[in-house]
Amino acid sequence: MRLIGFYLFAAVAVLLPVLFPNNYFVTVVGASAGLHIIPAVGLNLLMGYAGQISLGHAAFFGMGAYTSAILTTRFAWPGLLAMAAGLLVAGIIAWLFARPILRLRGHYLAMATLGFGIIIHVIMVQAVQWTGGPDGLAGIPPLNLLGWIIESDEQWYGVIIAAVLLTIWLSLNIVDSRMGRALRAVRGSEFAAQMMGIDTARAKTQVFVVAALFAAFAGSLFAHQQAFVSPDSFNLMISVELVTMVVLGGIASTFGAACGAITLTLLHQGLVVFEDYEMLIHGGLLMAVMIFIPQGLFVGLSQGARRLWTIIRH
Amino acid sequence: MPEQLFQFLVTGVTVGSLYALVGLGFALIYNASDVVNFAQGEFVMLGAMTAIGLLAAGWPMVLAVMAATLLTVLVGLLLERFAIEPAKGASVVATIITTIGAAIFLRGVALLLWGKDFHAMPPFSGDAPIHLGSATLLPQSLWVLGGAVLLVTLVHAFLNRTLIGKALLACSFNRVAAQLVGINVTVMLRLAYGLSAGLGAIAGILIAPITFSSYEAGIMLGLKGFSAAIVGGIGNPMGAVAGGLLLGVLEALGAGLISSGYKDAIAFLFVLMVLFFEPTGLFGHKVAERV
Repeated sequence: MRLIGFYLFAAVAVLLPVLFPNNYFVTVVGASAGLHIIPAVGLNLLMGYAGQISLGHAAFFGMGAYTSAILTTRFAWPGLLAMAAGLLVAGIIAWLFARPILRLRGHYLAMATLGFGIIIHVIMVQAVQWTGGPDGLAGIPPLNLLGWIIESDEQWYGVIIAAVLLTIWLSLNIVDSRMGRALRAVRGSEFAAQMMGIDTARAKTQVFVVAALFAAFAGSLFAHQQAFVSPDSFNLMISVELVTMVVLGGIASTFGAACGAITLTLLHQGLVVFEDYEMLIHGGLLMAVMIFIPQGLFVGLSQGARRLWTIIRH
Repeated sequence: MPEQLFQFLVTGVTVGSLYALVGLGFALIYNASDVVNFAQGEFVMLGAMTAIGLLAAGWPMVLAVMAATLLTVLVGLLLERFAIEPAKGASVVATIITTIGAAIFLRGVALLLWGKDFHAMPPFSGDAPIHLGSATLLPQSLWVLGGAVLLVTLVHAFLNRTLIGKALLACSFNRVAAQLVGINVTVMLRLAYGLSAGLGAIAGILIAPITFSSYEAGIMLGLKGFSAAIVGGIGNPMGAVAGGLLLGVLEALGAGLISSGYKDAIAFLFVLMVLFFEPTGLFGHKVAERV
């Protein structure tokens, strides 16, 4: 019963390509949405449950992508090993930065994570001999999953959906675990959480590392799927977009973050025709959601539906 | 080497006074409303782009500058009225996201109006470089420095010498207490946004002949201004000015002595170090966090 939403989500994700075979929209846009869901769900743990903010999350996405890209193209590492290395790099960097960064609060935390993201982005652009600089790195080989080579759009859809389901399942379990309860206590009041014996610094460090790992995981998949990485995919705007996804869907809800990621991906696709208006609409939407439905689209709608249901029943 | 250092210093102080003005705007808004306005850089961009647009349409310089400043002030007031006031009492995260939304929105408007190209503005008084010993200086840099000194002095005098300015400061110390002694807090809030937008616009117009402007020009400027405010101790107007100058000089030294490609990374690394070791800023007053 606890995981009913998860089964529902899994059923829809699996049924879509069966109902619409060979559909570009399902496989390509679906895969793209999936690659956004993974970091958004991770960021939601940090923002929604622990009440922190990160305006530099694209940096971890980029670390996963670049580690995979560099190790597979320059050193011919197998994809899975490179992915593990990417997770390790992002995890260690997140762990090192978590304590000093998460001691800060509110605007200071926003500034610090933002600065961190910009520094990593500058390194991606400037360390040309490693990252290829602004031109990026091309020719990343397709992912080899123990002999099964992932190349076609359908195969990628399958792999990414499996990865998405794994992260959502992990996130739902983290939220309901001892760690999840500790995080919610931290969001409520850090001081009160400390008084109840929660090691708040440890809890915040853990969730920061988990969010970084989710992002790096998606980054590795992204590098293989696109066969190309460049710093533009990991700049400040991408960090802001990830935050938008979390907030748009509904903060502190795993499916809210997933819905936010899907909504924003679809919006990008739909607005391709109106390229010049994209920024205007993106900004306007962000403001409108914060002003009118601060609890987010998904959470707002499900609350509305629940209210409607109680009215109908009585 | 010493003559080069002097050149870096001159460049740094010019850029730094721009950061100082943007940081001052941040501090004013933060003082009045506890909101960090991520659209501050967009005020700078709007001021510059509007002035350039009006000049291109044949307006005389003085009129174009005044109209561009007034228009930006209007945008600042609209932002306060339609985005900040409705979200009153929202969490820090929510206000950060609202102002980021406003910034992206304003960037979108600028993109529609002026396209993606860089736009140049003619210098106020020629572009024959002035030789200062071994360093050279553009006449426009003097305009930037002079303008910054004048504006900072005016704001300082306004905050400390006039009744309205003191009321604004009172709001920053304790809003409830300010309300109780009869200060209209809402009006003060609007005043802060208008003032801050105007400061941003003038800063943008002053620097436009040196750096050019585009719809994206506000992003980095806004972030550097925010950094200046943080380095100076957020909510401390004159601290933000000092922070801006320090950041500008450091960035110019970093660009000249280490690598120009890494200059933004150097600036933000400095900000991170300040946050890690002196989180209340270098010139801030120590405040205890309330539970």
